[in-house]
Amino acid sequence: MSLDKEKIKHVAKLARISVDEAKVDSLTKDLNSIFKFIEQLNELNTDKVEPLTSILNQSLRSRKDEISDGKIREKILKNSPKKNEEFFVVPKVVE
Amino acid sequence: MSNITNQSLSEILESIKSKKISSLELTQAYIKNIENAKKLNSFVTTTFDQALDNAKKFDNKPNNEQLLSGIPLAVKDLFCTENVKTTAGSNILNNFIPSYESTVTKNLWNNGAFLLGKLNCDEFAMGSSNETSFFGNVINPVGDHLVPGGSSGGSSSALAADLTPATIGTDTGGSIRQPASFTGTVGLKPTYGLCSRWGIVAFASSLDQAGPMTKTVNDCSIMLEAMSGFDEKDSTSINKKKETYSKNLKDNIKGLKIGIPKEYRVDNMPKEIDELWEKGKKILKDLGAQLIDISLPHTKYALPTYYIVAPAEASSNLARYDGVRYGYRSQKGKDLIEMYENTRSEGFGDEVKRRILIGTYVLSSGYYDAYYLKAQKVRQLIKKDFDECFMKVDAILTPSTPSSAFKIGEKTNDPVSMYLNDIFTVPVNLAGLPALSLPAGLDKQGYPLGLQLIGKALDEQKILNIGYAFEKNCGYKNEIKKWWS
Repeated sequence: MSLDKEKIKHVAKLARISVDEAKVDSLTKDLNSIFKFIEQLNELNTDKVEPLTSILNQSLRSRKDEISDGKIREKILKNSPKKNEEFFVVPKVVE
Repeated sequence: MSNITNQSLSEILESIKSKKISSLELTQAYIKNIENAKKLNSFVTTTFDQALDNAKKFDNKPNNEQLLSGIPLAVKDLFCTENVKTTAGSNILNNFIPSYESTVTKNLWNNGAFLLGKLNCDEFAMGSSNETSFFGNVINPVGDHLVPGGSSGGSSSALAADLTPATIGTDTGGSIRQPASFTGTVGLKPTYGLCSRWGIVAFASSLDQAGPMTKTVNDCSIMLEAMSGFDEKDSTSINKKKETYSKNLKDNIKGLKIGIPKEYRVDNMPKEIDELWEKGKKILKDLGAQLIDISLPHTKYALPTYYIVAPAEASSNLARYDGVRYGYRSQKGKDLIEMYENTRSEGFGDEVKRRILIGTYVLSSGYYDAYYLKAQKVRQLIKKDFDECFMKVDAILTPSTPSSAFKIGEKTNDPVSMYLNDIFTVPVNLAGLPALSLPAGLDKQGYPLGLQLIGKALDEQKILNIGYAFEKNCGYKNEIKKWWS
């Protein structure tokens, strides 16, 4: 299948990335060549194959549902581009 | 001790322990080298003051019982370092200062090493040439027009140029082994789960592994021993007894069975790579190993599988960069959604955006089964190929890369040709296995070429032993002229 410009704009919307109109053509070309490459997989019949979901022969460990740290609000807020004393600040979302 | 910096890590450790050189003198020697090597662009951040302080502290109260006593180390800028900027080669993290230390780097510091600086890499480790970094491309010390490989290109360049005695990288599809091969150094991707992923900027979580990059196999075993180990904070960390790789290093490989997979002879592969492979086979055979022809029939499908699985995981991992909690935020946009879109568009480079879009698409409604599920099934077939072969052999020998280092700019306009550079390294990540890239020779232009040893899961010791024996008998000598200083 081939990806057209509209499809790419839609995917970009889903990924929350604005796409520069001037770059859509080259992006379309690149992504189509990549998908052409990827679609070699269709040569294989995988009807009876179980998908591999974990490379480890162990299931994921679980831990007790306990608080192991805390009181690090300052550390967490430190790298925020915009904040007040207690919160991350974002552009207004509710009128 | 004018030439201390061109020695191996183990030689340097001897000099420190016997007090031939102080940690401070050693650190000063590296700082001088780094200051003279700005042209290579291998560092994003240097931490010289901190390193000098740590060196003095060591000299005042030396503890020589540790694996890395008094050793300054530069590390890939994908490892979070407490209070030291960590960028992952991206504009979106250009101002990010972690308040925590990655487990792997913490392990190194607990073994007596300290930080010298942070090394350039492809943006979010997505690249094979270190040309996607926001901080500019890195140059291969082998030649001023050559890429150092990627994504751990700053690591390979700094190591080969004597700017750090050893280093660490991360390998999602070849990002340790391919740059090691391009610079004539040793690189190991450990078994998935051997080194903790905690505190490493995530790319593709089911594939990412940290590993050592060193000048010799012995150095590699020391670094692996220091950095590996169970970590409660990584849910896929393997809980097992810690190994003493360096102490157990042996060069007797008599009777070991080495698999030679026929699928690794690809079309248009330069004759020199084939000859190098032949040379490698002969060395191992002369050392008493037995060569066995094997088949890994799904090898050809590893790269297409990787280019579904890795971008899918990346698109999910990189969703966290939203300009709210840390990192870059765009000032443009009239509402929250536009702020997200502009932040991510301005903060990420082209290759990262391309991969996020591929990943988003293959996971999107209606396409999941055709792409992602299909790739997971083929991944199973690839793993089974290896499982079956490892019933017959102890290790597998292949070339590390289909070519030597290529020219800067040579592949930037053709993503697929760039991806093809990882054709021999990617299958190992999909199967979660350990693999060691060893410098093995030079091509006719004088550029280094590497061979790869693939082992069974958690069989690092065996491939290190084979590598150790190989190194002693290969006669490879890296003689890089220091044209940059």
